[in-house]
Order: sequence, then structure tokens, then C-alpha cells
Amino acid sequence: MKSLEELQKIKERALERRRLAGEGSRARVVVAMGTCGIAAGARDTMTAILGELEKRQIADVVVTQTGCVGLCEYEPIVQVQVGDQDMVTYGNIDTDRVSTLVEEHVVGGEPVEKWLVRK
Amino acid sequence: MIRSTILVSGDPISLSRGAEETKLAIEAELSFYGLEDEVQVGYTGRVNRTDVLPVVVVYPEGTVYGPVTPRDGSEIVEEHLYKGRVVDHLTVAAEIAAAEIDTLGELSDTLYGQKRIVLRRAGLIDPYSIDDYIAEDGYFALATALTDMTPDDVLQTVKNSNLQGRGGAGFPTGLKWSFVAQQAEPTRYIVCNADESEPGTFKDRLIIEGDPHSVLEGMALSGYAVGAHEGWIYIRGEYVMARDILNRAIAQAEEMNLLGDGILGSDFSFHIHVHAGAGAYICGEETALLNSLEGQRGIPRIRPPYPTVSGFRGMPTVVNNVETLANVAPIVLNGADWFRAIGTNRSPGTKVYTMLGDVNITGLVETPMGTTLREIIDIYGGGVKDGKAFKAAQTGGSSGTIIPADLLDVPMDFASMQEKGAGLGSGALLVCDEDTDIVDLAYVLVRFFMTESCGKCTPCRVGNVQMLESLERLRKGMARRSDLERLEEIADFVQQSSFCGLGQAAPVPILTGLRYFRDEFEARLRA
Ligand SMILES: Cc1cc2nc3c(=O)[nH]c(=O)nc-3n(C[C@H](O)[C@H](O)[C@H](O)COP(=O)(O)O)c2cc1C
Repeated sequence: MKSLEELQKIKERALERRRLAGEGSRARVVVAMGTCGIAAGARDTMTAILGELEKRQIADVVVTQTGCVGLCEYEPIVQVQVGDQDMVTYGNIDTDRVSTLVEEHVVGGEPVEKWLVRK
Repeated sequence: MIRSTILVSGDPISLSRGAEETKLAIEAELSFYGLEDEVQVGYTGRVNRTDVLPVVVVYPEGTVYGPVTPRDGSEIVEEHLYKGRVVDHLTVAAEIAAAEIDTLGELSDTLYGQKRIVLRRAGLIDPYSIDDYIAEDGYFALATALTDMTPDDVLQTVKNSNLQGRGGAGFPTGLKWSFVAQQAEPTRYIVCNADESEPGTFKDRLIIEGDPHSVLEGMALSGYAVGAHEGWIYIRGEYVMARDILNRAIAQAEEMNLLGDGILGSDFSFHIHVHAGAGAYICGEETALLNSLEGQRGIPRIRPPYPTVSGFRGMPTVVNNVETLANVAPIVLNGADWFRAIGTNRSPGTKVYTMLGDVNITGLVETPMGTTLREIIDIYGGGVKDGKAFKAAQTGGSSGTIIPADLLDVPMDFASMQEKGAGLGSGALLVCDEDTDIVDLAYVLVRFFMTESCGKCTPCRVGNVQMLESLERLRKGMARRSDLERLEEIADFVQQSSFCGLGQAAPVPILTGLRYFRDEFEARLRA
């Protein structure tokens, strides 16, 4: 039986798809969309991020979603990774913070320190 | 204002090596420098390295010292806490240990400063993408099992890991599986209990929403181990999104031949179905769940026979909690020894807690078994809200124990909590500050049980109504001492004579509330 080899092949294809999806992108924005995030307005945040990127005609940013990171208190939570910098995590990203976040971090490359979640 | 927390390892070995004296020395030195209001001291129960015990950890830096004598303890206070310098010569031996208890060292500056097994992908991957799961080693435990392991190998691995059920009772998972595996009846089923109706508990929902395939892979491994080919996820009706995520995950996995017939070219087949409950607390109890799953009224069955002998449709059935199943793939992949090295001897692994109530940071926390409540509240929860004092916590959900500050330093695992008359239950941690009224809390909880009693047995059906009435009189200042005695008597009776766990646990908040906060009940008595 070759189940492991089968899975290895599936994994390579999966990695390839992920690589292609991320290829040529300047940044990754991940919105936490567990029920805790959604209850705090993550859907609106997601819509606002997509809208903001469209307004600025930015097409090379990958926007995806994830589940709860554990800090329900700080929802909506948004994680941003620009280039090969470390991923950082922001808390309480309501729609009115989206424009600044995109402007300063995604476009400008400078994390917005005051909204970072730190424990 | 608390600015630092010092934790001394309080496991039996540390205590035999003078951890208590070390703690006393630290406290004495703190008050000498007038730091007692800024620095709090407690025990931690999760350090396994024996050569450097007792260990002292200073937060928020996460500096690990060890072994620490009482004199060393005084030096740490003077140097580290008073002058702000790390005491290098005391960290040397502990450095290796610090690497092992990695979560401690990383705490200060990372979000994920926890020991994550169940939640290791949650918040990092896209739950709608099976590619994300596979890229992070997903389905490798299943593929390894199908390629290199017999069903019995998988069963023995889980047995040797000492994994205990995370649904509340802590029953050994491997043992449960072996009961099913040894039945003569060839048709067997796996049921995942995702009813999660215990108020204050929402870990299963967030595990599913964050990493659905981890549950599916655990179920398939369980099926392989016990010889089952079909599994059901019984999910709470309100969990609409989690259900949708599960259904999509199952469809993706089937499409890639990771579930379904002849998984990954092997001759093992496993199908998973999702069934939504209709919102009754009792349907989390495994036999009521099975009735409900069969389309019958959700009331508990007489046990024995246990579900392992006669469960779903009368066939041998494994019923496991979501978190339990999510632990299975990592155990199969990394081995029983790996798992047993985490947590405490008696309860290996981690526990996922949902923290709520009067803490600064509510949410989901996964830490090794043996972490104390104080650590969880102060370090992960950011302390009690508005700088107020801690009064009580209810551990394990509504049917859990109400515990006072004295028990903040008990290493939390199934056995240690039980020894103190407390419970770990489902992992809900309701934190109550000094303003909480324990009588009111008990009242709200009993009201819940009265509503949720299924009515099958008299003690639970009638007893909860009577307890509620007693508490109502007490709250109105109309109760006499004899009423309080009567309340206690009924509570005891309901606990002893109810048919199932619902009624048996319903009086727990009252009984533990009375044990630790009796004066508050008495203060409400009619003058
Ligand atoms: C009233 C009542 C409610 C329960 N609710 C749940 C629940 O929501 N989820 C759960 O996993 N177990 C629940 N249980 C425990 C189950 O009966 C059973 O012990 C558990 O699903 C076994 O899984 P485990 O061994 O993986 O913990 C409940 C028990 C009682 C008595």
C-alpha cells in the first residue's frame, strides 16, 4: 500500500497551488472569521479591506480568512504580512481603521504600532 | 497595579526539594523591598524537568531560574525585581529546561505563547482550504497509519498516550476504543460529540471553525483503530457556520480520496455525516445524544449497556468529544511518548479553555495540563478586569464547581482538581470578581438546569424547581435557617439520585457555593 506516497503527491500539488496563489503578491492580509470575529464585525472589515484595495487599484495583495486565533476580546483581528517580513497581528480592526491600515502597512510597509496586539 | 508575576514550580518533586520555603523567601524579600503590591507570587504545576526543580519563572519576561533555593529566591527578588537585572548564574542550568518549556520563554512577546496541539493551526490556516491543512502535515497521521500501522498499533498508541476524554469526564480514550474494538458485532460507529451545550464553553466550535479537518482526521483514525466505517458528527443546532465548514471540509476530503471509499488507495473506507441537534442541553449527554441521532426523543438511556457495547442503532459506538478527536492525529504522528512528555503525569497533553467573565482578555487558551488557574487568569487573561480582586471561578461550565481564591494554585488536571473537590469539566473558566454575588450566580445556574431538565426522572425534574424556589426565597430575604438546610438536603438528594449526569451535576454550583461562600448565603437569611 502506498497511502503515504499518495498523500505526498497531494501535498506537493497543494503546495504548488498555494505558491501560485501567493506568487507575485506584495502582501497577505488575513481576517479572522470565526463566529467570534464575525460577531464583532469581521465581515464588514473584510468587505472594507477588499473595497479599499479596489479603490486604490491594488491587485497584488492576497486577502484570505482564518478561524479564531484565541483572542476573542480583540476581534475583529487582522493579520498582515508584507513581503518576507514577519506576520503581525492587529486587534479591534473596525471598518474605520481599514483605510489607515492599508495605507500605512500594506502600501507603506510600516506596521501601525498602536493597533498591534501584544500580550 | 501588578507589574510582574513570579511562579514557583509546585509539583510534588519541587515541594520535596523545598519549593515552599523558596516561595516564602521570595514573598518575604518582596515585602522587604515594598514590592508586594506590584509583584504577585504563585505556584505553577507544569514543569516536567526534574533536574532543575524547583524552577522559578518571572513574568512578563518569562525568565526561567532553576534550581532555586530560598537564598537564591531572595537574590532573584533583589536583583531581578528590585534592580531589574537578570541573575545570570541562576539561569544557566535552567536554560535547557527553558528550551523545553518553550512556551514560557516565548510568552512575553508572542501572541501564540501557549502550548498548542489542538489549536496549532487555528488562526493560521484558512478553514475552507484543505490545501492549507495538508500543507501543515494534515492527513499525514492517517496516511502513516494506513501505510505502516495496523489498527491495533493505532489503538495501542492512543492507549499508551494516556489521552483522556476532553468532553468533561476525562475517561481514557484508548480504553474506550478498546472496548469497541473487542466487540463481536462487526458493525461499529464513531460519533463525535459537538453538541457543546454547556454554557460558557465554546472551544469545540472554535476548533471546528479554525481547523475542521483535524476533527475529521481524528475520526477516521478512530474508525481505523476500532474497525468502524461510518461516523457522525452531532453538532449543536446553533452552530450554523461550523456545520457549513464541516460539510465543505468533508466534501473536499472525499474529493481527494482522504475520506470515503478506499482511502488513499488502501482498503479502508470511512464516511462522515453531520447531524444538527435542535438545541437541548441534555443532548450533549452521550446516550441522549444517541437517541436524538436516531430520531428519537433526546432523553438518556440506562447504562449499562454503555455505548461501547450498544450505542448508535444498538451497535458498538465510540462517542468522543471534538477536542479529544483533534488530539488523535498529532498523537499518531508524533507518538505516545511525545504526548506524555506534555502536561502532567496523570493527565498528559494540553487543555483548551474558554475564559470568560471578569478578565481583561477573554477567549481561547490552550496550555499544558497542570497549568494553574492563577497562571491562566493573570498571564493569558491579562488579570481580573478593572484591577478588581478575584473572588471565585466556576470551572467546567454551568455544572462545574465554584472555587475560591485558595484553589488558584492547584495544577489543573483531571485528577488534581478532583482531589480538591473541583472539576475541570469542559474547560470553561468563568472568572468572577469581588462584586459577584454567589447567591445570584447559583440562582441563574439552577434556573438553567430547571429549564434544561429533560423530565425523565423525578429528582432532577422536581428537585431543580424546588432548589430554584429556595434560592428565590433566599434572594428576597424570606428564607429561614431551616430553608437553607432544606436547600442543602435537596441538593444532596438530587445529586445522589438523579438518573443521568445532568441531574447529578446540577446541584454542584449550590453545594460548592455553600462550601466556600456559606456566609453569603447566610447573610441573606431572614433576620
Ligand atoms: C448533561 C450533560 C451534557 C453533556 N454535554 C456534553 C457536550 O456538550 N459535549 C461533550 O463532548 N460531552 C458532553 N457530555 C459528556 C458526554 O456524555 C460524554 O462523556 C463525552 O462526549 C465523551 O467524550 P470524551 O470521552 O471524548 O470526553 C455531557 C454530559 C452530560 C451529563
